[in-house]
Amino acid sequence: MRDVAVVSYACSSVARDPVHNETEMIGPVLREAMAQSGVAKGDIGFVCSGSLDYLQGGPFAFVAGLDAVGAWPPVRESHVEMDAAWALYEAWVAIQTGEVDTALVYGFGKSTPGDLHEIMSLQLDPYYLLPLWPSMVDMAALQASALLEADGATERELAEVAARSQRNATANPNAVRKGEASADDIVRQPVTHHPLRDADIFPITDGVAAVVLAADETARRACKRPAWIRSIEHRIEAHSVGVRDLTRSESTRAAALAAGVANGKVDIAELHAQFSHEELILVDALGLDAEKTSINPSGGALAANPVMSAGLARIGEVARRITNGEADRGVAHAASGPCLQQNLVCVLEGD
Amino acid sequence: MTDVFTAHHVIEYPGGYTRSVGPVIGRFLTGLRDGKLLAVRLADGRVLVPPTEYDPTTSADIQPEGDHWIEVGPRGTVQAFTWVDEPRAGKHPLQKPFAFALIRPDGADTAMLHMVDCGSADAIRVGSRVAPRWRSEREGFITDIEAWMPLGDGEEPQPAPLHVPAEDEQPVTGITVPIRLEYTLNAGVATTRYLRGLGEGKIIGGRAPSSDEVYAASRGTDPKSGEPTSIEVEVRDTGVITTFCVVNVPGLSELAPEIPYVSAQILLDGANNTFFGLIRGCEVDDVHMGMRVKAHWADELIADHTAIKWFEPTGERDAPYEHYKDYL
Repeated sequence: MRDVAVVSYACSSVARDPVHNETEMIGPVLREAMAQSGVAKGDIGFVCSGSLDYLQGGPFAFVAGLDAVGAWPPVRESHVEMDAAWALYEAWVAIQTGEVDTALVYGFGKSTPGDLHEIMSLQLDPYYLLPLWPSMVDMAALQASALLEADGATERELAEVAARSQRNATANPNAVRKGEASADDIVRQPVTHHPLRDADIFPITDGVAAVVLAADETARRACKRPAWIRSIEHRIEAHSVGVRDLTRSESTRAAALAAGVANGKVDIAELHAQFSHEELILVDALGLDAEKTSINPSGGALAANPVMSAGLARIGEVARRITNGEADRGVAHAASGPCLQQNLVCVLEGD
Repeated sequence: MTDVFTAHHVIEYPGGYTRSVGPVIGRFLTGLRDGKLLAVRLADGRVLVPPTEYDPTTSADIQPEGDHWIEVGPRGTVQAFTWVDEPRAGKHPLQKPFAFALIRPDGADTAMLHMVDCGSADAIRVGSRVAPRWRSEREGFITDIEAWMPLGDGEEPQPAPLHVPAEDEQPVTGITVPIRLEYTLNAGVATTRYLRGLGEGKIIGGRAPSSDEVYAASRGTDPKSGEPTSIEVEVRDTGVITTFCVVNVPGLSELAPEIPYVSAQILLDGANNTFFGLIRGCEVDDVHMGMRVKAHWADELIADHTAIKWFEPTGERDAPYEHYKDYL
């Protein structure tokens, strides 16, 4: 296996960008990620992005994003209709083949033009679920209901996750929701989507994230302390939430085992938990000890959830803290599908 | 500039999106039409409802015929629920507050997601006993169960009203699902600039400072370099047809003329990309590559794509192939 590292990371997220279209939002973030890496545009071997055409409201809408890349001379390029964490996985595979040494990975999405909670219903089983139109929040609330009922968590524990996310987010310039609310404050707020409160649910966000990957010596030239990807694994479960044990994330557990999460200390973990109960399920599945690991120092997806780039941003947030020397080894997680159906686990480490 | 154009945008399958369901889902839906909840017993003994084409654990095919098909319910138990305070108009089958729930029918080992019509969130809890309220006219669709209802102690479930088969009725093979999504899109800075220009009778393009290339109707970026096309450049409303298509399919757009008509890519004078437009003012058979054309503007200009109604031949000599060969 080749040594592949994240050598730069940039992101931008706001509650709503009423001015710029997606391409105009992508440009500055790509330029920043490229500039940080020092890799010249013409030297990028592979470009891979993640987005969702249904957010933009048109088929193949993602192609417009390539204008911001400047795909001339022609570039080797790919795209996933899912979170760009999986675009990073594809780019990592491309580098492992030895055909390229560097990759530019980006994710983008505006959640504000359409009704995101409703748009995500389109990913559901078209025969049994979609005709009923359960929203993204309805699906998550069902998992929260199952978890609380099984005594897998209490409402107060959900509130503690929400409070900590908001507090950590105060240090994050890209956070959309930040504050000093305590768990007590949150528990006193009304339940809006039984059993979830608004603070348990991610904020609607428009945003972009980008990362440059490089291998071996190219990585060492690009970054003073590359965040090496020691392992990256993803697993998926059955789509139907009725056949799964919603109180556990078996695919996260399996991916974490395959990725060797437990093979070393975990200084930080950035988890793509879009709802507070998901964080509790993921911490358990990853085998993390909250006493020893800083969970979501960025505030996580409860602070900013630019759908389609939030998972990639988790990898970026871990990488950045390794490069800065704040951490030595960390875990990043990304999720896709209803109720944590599919999960990606990435272990990163600095020299 | 913060005043960008926005537009209301709908994507929809009018009349609904039709899907064939295959024999396994088809058999379950046929069961619903008959007022029954069908399930399949998997190899490990677990009873799966609703049935899927593959065993969710082993991926083995599930056969549409066989004695692994059994009836479950009608009573069920709520495993998890959430409350919908404000139903979505045109989407939720129930247009009053209701619960979404995972319901495990008696005899099954898995749950199915459906609605519970119980009046208020206080009237449902995990563990509630429920039974289907069947629609009287059923078609083989998940809403043949209108909703599940709380079952009081000792209460008998309402039986499904008898389904009288239509003459020559067949097992369910397909469903039609209405799909509609609405958006408020914003055009962004560059496209707003271009549309404003149309409203003033101009075709606005842009170029990036590091390049000589001008992109008519630029979306804000030089597609070769990725740099912003920050320099506004007006291009001429005359140009040369590079490639074109004779359209013989009627009704593609409200703006489309009667068939046959020509749609073309036009290399506008001053631009380094081609521009899409209709060609009128000549016979369809006369249109050719290299033909010089000029925009025919609407009498009343609005800042949108209707400002240019079509392009028509100028009568000038054709442009040489050299002029447009790099734009094909």
